[in-house]
Order: sequence, then C-alpha cells, then structure tokens
Amino acid sequence: MAFDGTPSDRLPAAAELERMYEVIQTVMLCDERAKAEVRAGRMQAAFYPVRGLEGVCAALGAELGHSDHLVSTYRNLGDAVAKGVSLRSIIAELYGRMDGLAKGKGGPMHLHDPEAGLMATTGIVGSGLPIAVGLGLAAQLDGADRVVAVTFGDGATSIGAYHEAMNLASLWRLPVLFVCQNNMWAEHTPIAEYAPNPELAGRAGGYAMAARLVDGFDTIGTWRAISDAVADIRAGRGPVFLECRTYRLTGHSSTADYTYVPEEELEAAARRDPAVCFGPWLAAEGLVSLSRLAEIDDVAAAAVDDAFTFAQASPPPTDAEVYRDVFSDEQLVPCR
Amino acid sequence: MTTASAGPIAGLQTAELNFAGAVHSALDAALAADPKVILLGEDIADPAGGVFKTTKGFSTKYGAHRVRSTPIAEQSILGAAVGAALGGYRPVAEIMFFDFITVCLDQLVNHAAKFRYMSGGRTPVPLVVRTAVGSKRFGAQHAQQLEAWLMHTPGLCVVMPSTPFDAKGLLSSAIFGEDPVVFIEHINLLYGAKEPVPVDDYRIPLGTAAVRLPGDDVTIVTYGAQVPVAVRAAEQLADEGIEAEVIDLRSLVPLDMDTVLTSVGKTKRAVVTHGATMFCGPGAEIASQITERLFGMLAAPVARLGARYAPIPFSADLEVYPTVDDIVGAVRGLCG
Repeated sequence: MAFDGTPSDRLPAAAELERMYEVIQTVMLCDERAKAEVRAGRMQAAFYPVRGLEGVCAALGAELGHSDHLVSTYRNLGDAVAKGVSLRSIIAELYGRMDGLAKGKGGPMHLHDPEAGLMATTGIVGSGLPIAVGLGLAAQLDGADRVVAVTFGDGATSIGAYHEAMNLASLWRLPVLFVCQNNMWAEHTPIAEYAPNPELAGRAGGYAMAARLVDGFDTIGTWRAISDAVADIRAGRGPVFLECRTYRLTGHSSTADYTYVPEEELEAAARRDPAVCFGPWLAAEGLVSLSRLAEIDDVAAAAVDDAFTFAQASPPPTDAEVYRDVFSDEQLVPCR
Repeated sequence: MTTASAGPIAGLQTAELNFAGAVHSALDAALAADPKVILLGEDIADPAGGVFKTTKGFSTKYGAHRVRSTPIAEQSILGAAVGAALGGYRPVAEIMFFDFITVCLDQLVNHAAKFRYMSGGRTPVPLVVRTAVGSKRFGAQHAQQLEAWLMHTPGLCVVMPSTPFDAKGLLSSAIFGEDPVVFIEHINLLYGAKEPVPVDDYRIPLGTAAVRLPGDDVTIVTYGAQVPVAVRAAEQLADEGIEAEVIDLRSLVPLDMDTVLTSVGKTKRAVVTHGATMFCGPGAEIASQITERLFGMLAAPVARLGARYAPIPFSADLEVYPTVDDIVGAVRGLCG
C-alpha cells in the first residue's frame, strides 16, 4: 500500500516535467484571455476560471494515460488541456462556434472529447461522481487497467450524489480516483460556513476508502500523491480519494465580485500560485533550465494565440444544428 | 383483453407470456446476445430477482458482475448507467417505482438526455431505465405516472407498452437503440393476460403506433394500461352502433402523430385518454396537435381524459383514472 505516508522524492521524467510546466502556463494564459474576452463582451459565455488549480490539473494530466478516462466539472479548462484536448477545439467551443468540441452546442461548462478520454464535464455540482462510477464499472467489466479520474470542487462534497458515488465505488472496488480540487470556496461561501468537518479527506474513511490530503499548490507533491493513488488503483486496490487543497485566486465566475475574500488569505495563496512558482522551482532544482522555461513560455503563448485566432475565425453553427444530436436520428424529434 | 398486437408473428416460435414474462424474455435475450448489456437496480439480483421478478435468474445465469443489485441510491444507479454507457456498455437500470425517478432526475434529465447534444454528438448515452407504476395499494408515492415530465425533456425517449408482445419488441429496440429510453411498465398489466410472444429476439421500432380496433366514427388515442380500458369502451360503444378506432401510441417520444392524424382525418372525432394527470398531460399535446392540423375537418372539439388532479389516493373507493364509462361518456358527447 503506497498510502503509508512514506516521504517520497520521486520525480516525473524530464519530458513530463516540461509538459506539466507547459500545461500550467497554457491554462493560465487561456484562463486570463477568456476572462478578458468575457468582460469585453466578445465571448458571450459563463466562464468559470481555474486560476489556482493549474498545478493539480497538470499533475493529474501527467499521470493519466491517453486511454484513462476523466470526468470534470464546469471549471474544466485545466482538466481539458491537461488531458490533451485540442486547444483550438476548446476555445472555439467557448465562443460557441462550429469548430468547437460540440459545434457550439455545449459551451464552456460542457466539454466532451472521448477521443482524448475527457468523457464528460457537467455544470451540475457533484453529478460527475456517479458518472465516473459508471465509467469505472465499464473499466472493471472490460478487465482493462484503465483508471477513471473525476475532479470536483470542495463544494461538491455537500451534495447527495457525492455520497452515493463514494459509497458505490468503494462497495464495488472500482478503479476510480476521486480528485477533490479544494479551492476553499463553494461559490461564494467559505468552507468553514458550510462544512462542520472541513477535513474532506477524512470523510473517505467512512466509506472504507483510502484517502490523502495534499497541498495542491505543491505541484510535485500533488503529482506524487496522484501517482501513488493511480498505481494502487491500477493494481486493483479500489478507489482513492485525494483532497488537493488550493485556493481560488479569482472570482467564482469571470465577472463575479471577489471583494469578500479576505485579503491576507488571497495574498498568501497568490504567493504560492503554481503558475508563478513552479517554473522558478524547476530551475532552482536544476530540473529545467531558465532558457528552456522561456522557450516553453513562448510555445504556450503561441498556442494560446493560435487557438483564440482560430476560434474567432470559426463560423457560427447554422440553424440545422438545432435539432441535430437531440437523438441519434433527427426524425425522432417529436415536434418542430 | 386487447386484440392481437400489430407485428409479424408468423414463422417465429412463440411462448404464451404475460407482460412480466415478456419483459423477462426481452432482458434474457439481450443479455444472451450482447455481453455489453448489463443490468443495475435495487434487489434485481437473485435470490430476489427484482421486486416484480422481471430479472429473476439472471444474476445466476449471466453473473452478478452483469446483473448487479445496488444500494438504495437512485442517483448512483442512474449515474452509473450514464457512465457505463459512456464506457461502451448498454445498461438497463431499474428504478423500482416511477415516483422514485424524482430522486435521480438530475442524472436522467441533465445528463442522459443532454450528453449527446451538449457534446455535438460525441458522447451518446444509449441506456434504458425500466420503471413500474400504477398500483394504488402503495399510496401516492408509488403510483403517479410522470411521463409528461419526461416527454418535456428533449433527448429522452418515452415508451409505455400495453401488451406482452409489444413489451418485448419495444424493450429489445430500446436496449439496442442509440438513445436513452424510459420504459414504463404498468403494474396492472405486468401479471395480466398471456399472449403468444416470440421466443427469439424481435424488434418493434419506437414511434410506431398500433391500431387496436378499427372504426370509422371516433378515434380513441391512448397508451399503457388505458388501452384495455379503451378497448372495452369501444366494444360497449359498438353495441350502440358507434364504431371507435382505438390507437395505442406505444411510445410517446418518438410520437407517431401520422397514425393519429390519419385516423382522426377519417373519423373527424377524437378522445385522448391516459393514466397520467389530465392537466398538462400528454393528451394536451396530442389534442393540440390534432386541433392545429385538422381544425377545419373536426366535427367536435378533441376530448381529453386523464387521471383527476390529485395525488393518487390510497382507498380503492376513490377512483381517479378514466374508466370505461368515462370514455364511453366522452365519445357519446362527441357523437351526440
């Protein structure tokens, strides 16, 4: 059992470290750009920023293989990029355009890309967990060593779907990694005001499930915990719950008021922002040179520019899309 | 006491089955034909074999890995079905009573119904939800026909057969179709009369109504447990010299309005009757479509019958569903 608390100094392979850094920078840049587009009125979307979660997303993406499945939330940009979904397709979907993942019919909260293993994202808090259980059941029945990861915020641990899914996954010993992206806020309510027991990882024991609390701003520490958990799950030891404690560095949505957040908490969190700290740490540890980091910065910025340019040039969906994809066959639509 | 179902029986080996036996036969054939078919639900595995015994013997025959009793946790049953469908399986989830669908509507309405659309066709969710309804002896929380809610949700197919032959043919189509289907089994029909049902697999496409009785004077449009009531009413009306055509819709989404409009175009009069509450019930949509399409041809306004506007009362002395006399009275009102 890897979850014995033994300190580990394992590191991802060099290429994986660079990839994690690239994901973090790409997500951060996309996030800032999307927020600006929404505020400028050029993107008519409810977009939920991920600033603060980038390290957790990159660590999960680094450990999941292409054939592993991921279920995410409405705050999904980091998960989608980390899972390898095309940036152009993501951004075009944010704009509601034809070249988006869903031809503009899903929007930012609904990114699905089964080819990349992003099986679902949901705008309903907590509802991804039972779906991940079903994907875990499929993996178990297939006899595959596929792992299903599901991400959700701390706010999702209050809803019934969370409880039902934790219980069922543990009962059936399904290959599911529950990744709680704890940003300490359930929309506009701080964790202390909605959870009598804010030690979320501690609850997993109630379901006879292995669990660990990690510092989600410690990207490598998070990666180690995920890596251990995934290895356990692949070995058939059943589901694992990981609480990755971070802090939400922006408002709940692109345009939400954020003045209520205690200044000292936000400042303390911002000092540990993985989008700021991970690169210098890699350089200080001698893992990636400063010049290589600068190259990756350029690659990420160019990819983001390309994706936004592509998306803005993409045509809008036509009226023919309204009835398409309601059912497998448009003829089944009962009324038009 | 219905007439023989429409559909080809000639040449197929048949067995005398009631509705429950036909459902059992359809599930048996599907489990045998495709290892991707799995069953989920409360108490469905042996020895219980389901509270209505429609899954009896399957966990023994096909394995408890494919025929899985679940906790009493409908959200996770439906969520697991959605996830398993995303993972390539064809899940058949049992929700013991229709009323219990209220505690898993999120998975059904927000996820199963919308995933194909919100992903632009990338993530279809072929699954079946079987559920039973109709007995008053459990009281108001185990008795309400809620199909109008589901008809109102784009992306869901809604099926409610009235005969054993149709039950097997429609359930087989639902299981091997590409869309989410809610399959409603009326308790009054489950253990009703037996009729010849093909032993092997056969399919009745969703969205094809059946003419149970031909007639030229009035059309009675119905489905589910109201079909035998309507047939009895038609037989009584025949004694008075009124020839009623009885149409069994069989599925509400997709909806075979062509058969309805052809019939009413001939008879000029229509009564719609169902076990769902009349107010805002399926009959409102059907009557409205008839009126919009055939207004100038109608000899009388379309009449509607449905359950009276009340929670289903327990006492057998309180009648809320349309009776033979109600239907006969409505027809006389149109033909007077």
